[in-house]
Amino acid sequence: MGYQLNFAPVWRDFDLLLSGLALGLVMAIFSVLVVGNLIGLAAAFAMTSRSTALRRIASAYVTIIRNLPIFFLMLVTFFVLPQQFGIRIDKVQAFVGTLSIYAGAYLTEVYRGALLALPKGLREAGLAIGLTEGQTRLWVILPVMLRNALPALSNNFISLFKDTSVAAAIAVPELTFYARQINNNTFRVIEVWSVCSLMYVAVCYLIAAGLRVVERRLAIPR
Amino acid sequence: MSKPVLEILGLHKKFKEIEVLKGVDLEMEPGDVVSVIGSSGSGKTTMLRCVNLLEDFEQGSIRIDGEEIGYTAAPQRRRRKESEIARQRSMTGMVFQQFNLFPHLSALGNVTLGLTKVKQLPKAEATAIAERWLERVGMAERRNHYPGQLSGGQQQRVAIARAIAMNPKVMLFDEVTSALDPELVNEVLNVIKSLAADGMTMLLVTHEMKFAYEVSRRVVFMNQGRIEEQGAPEAVFHNPQSKRLADFLKNAKF
Ligand SMILES: Nc1ncnc2c1ncn2[C@@H]1O[C@H](COP(=O)(O)OP(=O)(O)OP(=O)(O)O)[C@@H](O)[C@H]1O
Ligand SMILES: [Mg+2]
Repeated sequence: MGYQLNFAPVWRDFDLLLSGLALGLVMAIFSVLVVGNLIGLAAAFAMTSRSTALRRIASAYVTIIRNLPIFFLMLVTFFVLPQQFGIRIDKVQAFVGTLSIYAGAYLTEVYRGALLALPKGLREAGLAIGLTEGQTRLWVILPVMLRNALPALSNNFISLFKDTSVAAAIAVPELTFYARQINNNTFRVIEVWSVCSLMYVAVCYLIAAGLRVVERRLAIPR
Repeated sequence: MSKPVLEILGLHKKFKEIEVLKGVDLEMEPGDVVSVIGSSGSGKTTMLRCVNLLEDFEQGSIRIDGEEIGYTAAPQRRRRKESEIARQRSMTGMVFQQFNLFPHLSALGNVTLGLTKVKQLPKAEATAIAERWLERVGMAERRNHYPGQLSGGQQQRVAIARAIAMNPKVMLFDEVTSALDPELVNEVLNVIKSLAADGMTMLLVTHEMKFAYEVSRRVVFMNQGRIEEQGAPEAVFHNPQSKRLADFLKNAKF
């Protein structure tokens, strides 16, 4: 007896899947593009600064976080923090916090690489016209470095967006969570997972295409 | 004799253990054009970078218009505050061998950045000044081009405009034509010559001996971290006193 495809149960709950996808995107945008970006920029500048203490702190952060699985990190945030330190956070906050710290470590590496790739003369040219170190960073180093880092930032964003699916394990209602729920309620295994796969692929594809347009818009003319 | 605009007194500079400037003294009056020649590694770039405060130096002092730059006067010699250094740095205009234009800004943006952020001029005024200087170096029509869209010679002329627009007291040029294709050298040298003719005070490191001969009021020969010999171009080129200078000139190309 063949398996009869029946997408009706999936379409009935399609709004749930969409809301899950939206939550994943919002979490990724906030954690990666806002908080993670700020952490990454700060830590990258710390890693390339003259202060040994700053360099050590930043590289310890990157080394530790990049060597821990995000799933594990999420469980630590969700279970250990509230139990041991009495910090009350809900599951979405726990995941957003986890993803921010995790993304920050990856973006530190992206920005550190972009900073190191800049010609040394660029900073000196800024200083030579009388800009302070801080002004040189703001008006010269940062704008050039960010443009150069954009392709790597796009790749990392897509990869980190996909990591939002691990949040299903602590019942954050994102796409994978609803997929599993609908699957459990309807047993439409193939239908649910294929629709979700298409949703992930389509969204990642669109993000990549969108970011490529941004990259081209912001590219340094040559 | 008018007051010196640049005074370098007993300048010593070490990289790690190696002393690359071993007591350099140099004085320039307003309108002076001084060329620095000397073999590779003799410390020409390092001296210029010290004057622009891009390098620390352990001993000696540098004054611009009588103001001690980089460090407070001996005996309590201390490196000045970052903001003070930045202000003093803008008293000299540096042009680099590799141009070092800001790649994300147009030619005009390269020149206005310092005017708006350092001098804090309103945008319209900064633009007017920048356009005047771009015109002066023959880059007015290309003011909206980005560095990546310009030839080396054009980039270097924008770099000159960027430095001079800040109205520095001394312009510093470090082998500004040695990264250029031969056919682009003259357009840059001609700009420098015309600025010299206008009375701009300039200290230039160069390997272009003919140019140094034509443009300079004085030529300085550096050797192993010291000024070995200096004088009017005719004297230095035609009548070298030291054997080292004579040897250097024999091997130099004119
Ligand atoms: N950042 C640095 N660290 C260590 N040593 C340096 C550094 N910069 C320059 N030096 C050394 O200092 C000496 C003087 O170098 P400098 O660049 O001033 O010479 P130069 O006269 O400009 O030579 P060139 O004609 O090749 O440009 C050289 O021996 C060089 O190797
Ligand atoms: Mg040099």
